[in-house]
Amino acid sequence: MKAKTIDKIATTIIVVFSLLIVAVLVGLLAFILVRGLSHVNWSFLTSVPQTIKAGGGIGPQLFNSLFLLVLTLIITIPLGLGAGIYMAEYAKPGRFTDAVRLVVEVLSSFPSIVVGLFGLLLIVNTFGFGFSLFSGALVLTIFNLPLIVRITEQAFRSVPKEQKEAGLALGLSKWKIITSVLFPVAIPSIVTGTVLASGRVFGEAAALLFTAGMSTPRLDFSDWNPLSPTSPINPFRPAETLAVHIWKINSEGLAPDAAEIAAGASAVLVILVLIFNLFARWFGNVLYKALTASKRTG
Amino acid sequence: MESTFRTENLSVFYGKYEAVKNISLDFPDQSVTALIGPSGCGKSTFLRSLNRMNDEISQATIKGKIWIEGQDINAPDTDVIKLRQKIGMVWQKPNPFYKSIYENIAFGPKYHGIKNKSMLDEIVESSLRKAALWDEVKDRLKQSALSLSGGQQQRLCIARALSVNPGILLLDEPASALDPVSTSKVEELIIELKRELSIVIVTHNMQQAARISDYTAYFYLGTLMEHGDTELIFTNPVNATTQEYISGRFG
Repeated sequence: MKAKTIDKIATTIIVVFSLLIVAVLVGLLAFILVRGLSHVNWSFLTSVPQTIKAGGGIGPQLFNSLFLLVLTLIITIPLGLGAGIYMAEYAKPGRFTDAVRLVVEVLSSFPSIVVGLFGLLLIVNTFGFGFSLFSGALVLTIFNLPLIVRITEQAFRSVPKEQKEAGLALGLSKWKIITSVLFPVAIPSIVTGTVLASGRVFGEAAALLFTAGMSTPRLDFSDWNPLSPTSPINPFRPAETLAVHIWKINSEGLAPDAAEIAAGASAVLVILVLIFNLFARWFGNVLYKALTASKRTG
Repeated sequence: MESTFRTENLSVFYGKYEAVKNISLDFPDQSVTALIGPSGCGKSTFLRSLNRMNDEISQATIKGKIWIEGQDINAPDTDVIKLRQKIGMVWQKPNPFYKSIYENIAFGPKYHGIKNKSMLDEIVESSLRKAALWDEVKDRLKQSALSLSGGQQQRLCIARALSVNPGILLLDEPASALDPVSTSKVEELIIELKRELSIVIVTHNMQQAARISDYTAYFYLGTLMEHGDTELIFTNPVNATTQEYISGRFG
């Protein structure tokens, strides 16, 4: 066969595969949105769920998902950035760094139900944090840390080494070079990593069943004392997230409209992930531009 | 008279490999010294050891001494950060920071303690003027340095090196990635700057070495083959391999 023909066939196959993937994605999105959106309205988004009556909403669950994301990122980002910077800039290649890297990768491939049970035993029971947002955030940190560490490390490594040399030659300290020369350039990749990690926070159900719990206390949205048990921003209260709620009403929901609620909640979850994606990218761009005086997007 | 900037029996090793062998060289004040020689002859390694850039390479070790103003720069009590302030460096590939033109210049002085805005403005202007870039960028100081052309970026890097007021400037093939017009601008700049600085330049361009340097050192396989007045080296080299290299028959 002539090289040109082979090239044509290969190109066709690759294009078909790409279209297939796009088609699957579009089909999935359309299915979820068409099934779910008809059920979504303001009162659905804000009211509390009903156990046996129809007409329940997902208000607390929506709030829980967002709050859990914030809590998780507050824990994960400093730890992940720190470890990633250490791996990229300070660690000398050798057995220790290889071991750290191995541990990090093993952590990210643990089955989530196993990590959830581990969280139940250690964080919920032994440490006594109970079923709480905080326990959930710690467990999600176990999943997300590896991703953020690896992405931070790679982001810092991919900054051209000439940048670092320029800083050294000017007599800047290593820390100053990391924070002011390398970090701004690494931001776009780190934001991408954070977005990926956040997707997991929104979507995780198995690990949260045993840690953040399957129920939410009756929340009083006028109570902003973080230590009050009915305050929405109390991190030590149980919290059922949207993904857990979907799983629960699908498997044991008693309300007559359980199927519609599950479909509506799924659509809301997907939209939430999309909005967060766009927001994170926008925020990353703003940060990158502010720190690099650049007009281009990273 | 001995210069305040010189090396004494300097050897640089990468692991067991001796990349630079026992080199003693003087760099007189207010003059340009060109380091020439075929690729891999150790001239860049030698240059990088002069501001301890080789510290970054974990297997690199150094024997011998480098003296700057009576101080052995590899002595354990040397403050590398202070040392590097006295030595500017510019590379082959322009490497401006991902910051505005203004920030590229002001960054070093700011870090070293100058907080006064008008003083910083002054440093930015004078550094850019010295690098013959001021007129081209004075209306766009807030723009990204990456929006400049390659030649402008390289002059910006020279201005950045000058911003911390060094006494020495190390140039590693500073014009080899530039077009002829930018190259001649950079060359003029080097001749201008040597009135205040001691400059060491690595170059692969023989005409360039002949045009801008006062002294030339020819390196071959890590050894210093010949060193002396540029005019003498280019007209009447003692060593046969030097003759062959500068006339382009080898290298």
